[in-house]
Amino acid sequence: MSVVLEAQQLTSVRAGRTLFSDLSWQLAAGEILHIEGPNGAGKSTLLRIVAGLLQPLEGNVLLFGQPQREDPEHWQRQTLFIGHKPAVKAELTALENLYFQSRLDGVQLDDPWQLLETVGLLGLEDIPAQQLSAGQQRRIALARLFYSQAKLWILDEPFTALDTRGIDLLHQRFAEHLEHGGALLLTSHQPLTWSGERLQRLRIEAADE
Amino acid sequence: MNNASTWQLISCIMRRDLAVALRRRSDIINPLLFVVIVVTLFPLAVGPGPDILGRIATGVIWVAALLSALLGSERLFRDDFLDGSLEQLVLLPAPLPALALGKIIVHWLLSGLPLVILAPLCALLLKLPMDAWGVLMLTLLVGTPMLSAMTAVGAALTVSLGRGGALLSLLLLPLFIPLLIFAAAAVESTLVGTSAYGQVLLLAGLMLLTLTLAPLAVAAAIRVSVN
Amino acid sequence: MWKWLHPYAKGEATYRLLGAWLPWLSGLAALLMTVGLVWGLFYAPPDYQQGDSYRIIFIHVPAAMFSMGAYTGMAIAALIALVWQIRTAEWAIAAIAPVGAVLTFVALFTGAVWGKPMWGTWWEWDARLTSELILLFLYIGVLALYYAFNDARTGAKAAAILSLVGVVNVPIIHFSVYWWNSLHQGATITKFEKPSMPPEMLIPLLICIAGFLFLTAALVTQRLRNEILKQELHRPWAQQQLGVEVNHGV
Repeated sequence: MSVVLEAQQLTSVRAGRTLFSDLSWQLAAGEILHIEGPNGAGKSTLLRIVAGLLQPLEGNVLLFGQPQREDPEHWQRQTLFIGHKPAVKAELTALENLYFQSRLDGVQLDDPWQLLETVGLLGLEDIPAQQLSAGQQRRIALARLFYSQAKLWILDEPFTALDTRGIDLLHQRFAEHLEHGGALLLTSHQPLTWSGERLQRLRIEAADE
Repeated sequence: MNNASTWQLISCIMRRDLAVALRRRSDIINPLLFVVIVVTLFPLAVGPGPDILGRIATGVIWVAALLSALLGSERLFRDDFLDGSLEQLVLLPAPLPALALGKIIVHWLLSGLPLVILAPLCALLLKLPMDAWGVLMLTLLVGTPMLSAMTAVGAALTVSLGRGGALLSLLLLPLFIPLLIFAAAAVESTLVGTSAYGQVLLLAGLMLLTLTLAPLAVAAAIRVSVN
Repeated sequence: MWKWLHPYAKGEATYRLLGAWLPWLSGLAALLMTVGLVWGLFYAPPDYQQGDSYRIIFIHVPAAMFSMGAYTGMAIAALIALVWQIRTAEWAIAAIAPVGAVLTFVALFTGAVWGKPMWGTWWEWDARLTSELILLFLYIGVLALYYAFNDARTGAKAAAILSLVGVVNVPIIHFSVYWWNSLHQGATITKFEKPSMPPEMLIPLLICIAGFLFLTAALVTQRLRNEILKQELHRPWAQQQLGVEVNHGV
């Protein structure tokens, strides 16, 4: 099984606190890595380092064997990152947000209505996003997962504000992604209800004060 | 695999910014109203005599433009930062300085360009002699892109700070000084009867230099703020 | 090629190196400043035009020179910090900025003091004074930005970007202010420039300039050492240095 993502001896210090040091792990195609830990332990920081938003103090991250620093643009074309904040423009409608977002992802949406229906937003497409609930806004953000062909998905708390139907939908989509050889890196405080084999867990603890 | 070309990404970001900004009309109109209001305060403060007003008109209009740029600076990156779009911007497979320049251009279209159109009104209120109006508009046309670019640098540096407002003024106003000096001098020259050609050319040169270098600083600042 | 410089990217080696230089820098500074100032303030002949009040140049001119020099130094540190991600350079920015700001303030204050006997006012929009005033704002801006962030590294990087933006602007601002001044024919306090200076005045001035150079260097070195110690407090060598055991969680 090919290794999609590899972290080598990652060390991160933020605001004077060491979040993790000498952290190494691998993620292969078709696998999920679930990062757990208490709030503020450094889960988001780790994700952001892998995504390329943050530089670690020490260490490397490799995608398909190639270090991130060498060709960041190539990395970015293969990776999909959805952070804590959904990156949904409040003034634009769901449909407009999807339109722009898909363009930025390099995808031509043949049937935006189908996409809206899949994520359960059909009928709400003309309302400015700020008038939608938090869960609905998150669905707009997560819609990217339904057209994305990126190999590596990095998701920070994707289940936030979703109801059980939404969570199931995501689980289904994750399964499809993994079937096609993709890899998934995510954080979540909720335990993942997932059938064991392809799931790895990594726990980041807060350092003893 | 995201196969979008750099140009497609830049134009998409610019169109999105435009779409969002047009839904927030007050963000566009308020800075312009601010300039008019400030301009109105001066005759009330120094008396309506055309000699004094005409003398200070250029300075007042330009200073009002600078202050209005500071007021409107949050628009550039604050909302993007708060809703997570700024980090997505950093992750786009296009050079960040180019994306920054695109945002600066959209910002200018909605803040600097309207000011150029508003200038004759301000000139009228402050009794600036009409033969200087053309040069005033020209200095604004050439100078406001610089203003947008430098404001973007300051806005990008302070976007992650909670109460960046006063800090932003401290950072940016010293940098605006050459712009202010040359723009005001250009209009003064016209009033005195000499050619403003040299100063306008100098302004144009500064503007091109700024538009070339500022996006680099903005990109670096965005990466720092997203940290 | 630059391998020999690598240890200095981290705190300890730099701390020790600076510690070795510091006594020399301070010693030279003290010596040159004393000689230069005493000579200039008490022994140099009075100027035939300005009498004794010109003597302020022995402080004003070097302070102004190094206020700009320090900014350049800070910008170089900023470049190194941003391009090569060297932490010592980030700390150098915080070390230099206050020293530069104080030098600028001294230049402004002495400039104003000089102006009073000549022009009767405490402030004139002289080209140099205006330029120094703007420089002061640039320094304060860098410091404010540096300390505005929760994470020190982020603050340092932001301040580094601002320093570089500033350094590009400083010549432009300088040129524009001098040009503006010539346009409006403002009072020029600082017309007392080098061409017509006799050696009895020039030599003490040069000694003062050298003295300020070493003073600036000594102050920056001391501040940088302090900053290194502060930032590296979690490391054993720093704790040993202070002779103190630091408790975690404090």
